[in-house]
Amino acid sequence: MNDQPMVHFESVRKSYGPLVVLDDLNLKVAAGEKVAVIGPSGSGKTTVLRMLMTLERINDGVIYVDGEPLTHMPRNGGLAPADARHLRRMRGKIGMVFQHFNLFPHMTALKNCMEAPVTVLKLPKAEAEERARELLNMVGLGEKLNHFPGQLSGGQQQRVAIARALAMRPKIMLFDEVTSALDPELVGEVLNVIRKLGSEFDLTMLMVTHQMGFAKEFADRVCFFYGGRICEEGRPDDLFNAPKEERTRQFLSAVLEAT
Amino acid sequence: MFWDWSYTWEIVPILAEASIVTIEATVLGFILAATVGLLLAILRMSPRPWISLPAAGFVEFVRSTPLLIQIFFIFFVLPEFGITLGALTAGVLALGLHYGSYCSEVYRAGLENIPRGQWEASIALNLSPYHTFRDVIIPQAIPPVVPALGNYFVALFKETPLLSAIAVLELMQTAKILGSQTFRYTEPITLVGIYFLIFSLVAAALVRRLEYWLKYRWR
Amino acid sequence: MQTRSIIVVCIILSFTAGLAVASFAGFREFLPGLLEGARITVLITVLGCALAVVMAFLAAIARMYGPAPLRWLAITYIELFRGTSALVQLFWLFFVLPHFGLTLEPLTVAVAALGLNVGAYGAEVVRGAIDAVPRGQWEATIALNMSRMEALRRIILPQAVVAMIPPWGNLFIELMKATALVSLITIGDLTFRASQMNQTTYRTVEIFTIVLVFYLAIASLITVGMRALERAAARGVARGRAH
Repeated sequence: MNDQPMVHFESVRKSYGPLVVLDDLNLKVAAGEKVAVIGPSGSGKTTVLRMLMTLERINDGVIYVDGEPLTHMPRNGGLAPADARHLRRMRGKIGMVFQHFNLFPHMTALKNCMEAPVTVLKLPKAEAEERARELLNMVGLGEKLNHFPGQLSGGQQQRVAIARALAMRPKIMLFDEVTSALDPELVGEVLNVIRKLGSEFDLTMLMVTHQMGFAKEFADRVCFFYGGRICEEGRPDDLFNAPKEERTRQFLSAVLEAT
Repeated sequence: MFWDWSYTWEIVPILAEASIVTIEATVLGFILAATVGLLLAILRMSPRPWISLPAAGFVEFVRSTPLLIQIFFIFFVLPEFGITLGALTAGVLALGLHYGSYCSEVYRAGLENIPRGQWEASIALNLSPYHTFRDVIIPQAIPPVVPALGNYFVALFKETPLLSAIAVLELMQTAKILGSQTFRYTEPITLVGIYFLIFSLVAAALVRRLEYWLKYRWR
Repeated sequence: MQTRSIIVVCIILSFTAGLAVASFAGFREFLPGLLEGARITVLITVLGCALAVVMAFLAAIARMYGPAPLRWLAITYIELFRGTSALVQLFWLFFVLPHFGLTLEPLTVAVAALGLNVGAYGAEVVRGAIDAVPRGQWEATIALNMSRMEALRRIILPQAVVAMIPPWGNLFIELMKATALVSLITIGDLTFRASQMNQTTYRTVEIFTIVLVFYLAIASLITVGMRALERAAARGVARGRAH
C-alpha cells in the first residue's frame, strides 16, 4: 500500500468575510485511520468536515483526497478550480453523517438508503435494495425498513443516516457531532454502530465529537482544535492523560466537569 | 407603422387627466378599505357569535366572489333598494368593501400576534374595551402589518381599471375610448400598462423600504 | 379552516333557499343561461389554472437555477405580470396583439392572459416553498453526491409541493374571480350573461344574487378540492411513492 495520506489539508484557510475560521490548517489522515476532532465551539472543527464534504468553499490552500486535489484540478502544470465532473468524482469517495440526520422525510428507511445508489451510481433497483437491506440489518434496523423517519426515534434515524451514507461505499466517512442531537439513552446505540463500522470496514473516519470517552477508546488519533488551528494532536492515551498544551488541559477539565 | 409617436404625445395629456381619477379612486378606496378592514377585524374578534359570525361570513363572501360582480351589484342592484350612487362613488364603495375584507385578514393576523399578556394586563388595569384597543392593542398591532397593507394598496390601484366597466373615466376607460375613436389601441393601452408598471414597481420599492424601516426602528 | 367551509355552506344554503322561495319563476327563467355562463367560467378557470401552474414552475426554476439570460427572462416575466393588472394584460392581448399580426380567439386570449398573470404570482409561491425546504436536505444530497437536478426532482420538490398547496388554493380562487373580467372582452361567461340579462330584464337583484352564489359555489369547490389534495400529498409524503 502506498503511504500517501488519504486526506491531506495543505495550508487551508477559511474565512467568512472578516472572520477567520481556519487559519493555515495542515492535517494529514492516513488510509484507514480513525481521527477524533475535539475542541470548543467556534474552533473550526465542524468547518473542517464541511469543507471536506464540499459543503463549504476553501479560501486558500488545497485539500487532497486519495492523492488528488479535491476542489482543484491540475492544469498547465498548476492547479485551477475543479470543474463539476471532477468534483462529483471526488465527492463520491466521501460520505457524511449529520448532526440532525437530514433523512428524506418522504421516503422510507429503505428508500432513503436506495435513493442515491440508484440515482447517482445507476445501480439496478434490485441490487440497490439488496445493499440497503444489508446495511440496515447491520445497523440493527432490519425490522424498520418500511418505516418513515417520522416514525423512528432519533437514534434509529441516525443509524439509518449512517446506512444511507455507507450505501455509496465511500472511502472516507465523516461524522459531524452525530450524537449531539440525541437523548442520552440513545447515544450508545449509535456509538455501537460506529464501533462496528470501524472493525468491519476499512474506512478512514473523521469524527467531530463531544463524546470524550468514546474518542479515547475508539480513535487512533485525537486532534484538539482551538481558534481555527490544531492546538494539539496525538494518540488518545497521550492527549487525554497527559496533555501538553495549557488550552488542551483547560478544555479537557471543563468537559470532565460537565460529566 | 405599429407605433405612432405623434399620436402618443397627443394622448399623454388626456391620459394624465384621467390618471387623476384613477388616483382619486385608489386613495378614497384604500381609506375606506383600511377603515372597514379594521372594523371587520375587531367585529370578528367579538366573543358574541351573532356579531362575529356575520362579520366572518361577509369577509368570506366578499373574498370568494369577483370584484367586478360586486361593482355591478352596488351600481345596479342598490338602486332597486332606493340607493342610487354615481359611478365613481359606487366604484370606490365596491373597492373599499372588497379590499376591506382582505385588509381585515391582515389586521386579524396582526391582532392575533399580540401576546395574551397585553390583553390580560389591560383587564387587570380595568381598561375599557375601547381604551384597550385604542391605547394598547392597535398601536402594537398596526406597525407590523403596514407592509401587507401597502401591498393591498398597490393591488387596489391595479384593479381600478375594473371601474371602466361602469364607465368611470379613469385610465383604462379613457384608453378604450381613445382607441375606439382612432382605431389605434396599441399606444393608449401600452401607455396605460407602462404607467401601472412604473407605479407598482415604485410603490413596491417604497413598501419594502417601509418594511425595512419598521423592522429596524420598532424592534 | 373548518369554520370557513361551514360559513360558506351556510351562506350558499340560505341564499339558495331564500331565492327559491322569493322568486320561483324567475329562478327557473335565468338558470339555463347562467348555467351556460358558469360552464364557460369553469372552463376558463381550469385551463387558466393549468397554464398558471406550468408557467409558475418554469419561471421559478429558471429564476433560481437557470443561466443568467434565462434568469433575467424569468424575472422580467414575473415583475411584468405582477406589476400590471390582469385587466390591462387582458385588454393588451385582446386589442393590441392583432396590430402585431397575431389575432387569437377571445377564449385563447382569456386563458393566456389569466394563466400568465396568476403564473407570475405562482412563481413566487413555488420559489418560497422551495426556499422553505430545510438546508439540511440539500446538504444531505450533496453528501450523497447527487446532482442539483436530481436533488431538486427527487428530494426537494416533493417536499416543497406539499407546502405550496394552500397558497395555490388562494391563487386558483383569484384566477376564478379574474375570469369575470373576460366578460369585458365579450366572452359569454357568467358575468357576461348576468349583465346581458340585466340589460334585458332588469331583474337585477335575482340575477346578481344567483351569480354571486354561483361564484361562491365554485370557490368552495376549489377550496374543498385543494384541501383534499393537501391531505393526499401529505399522505404521499408519509407513505413514499414508488421509486
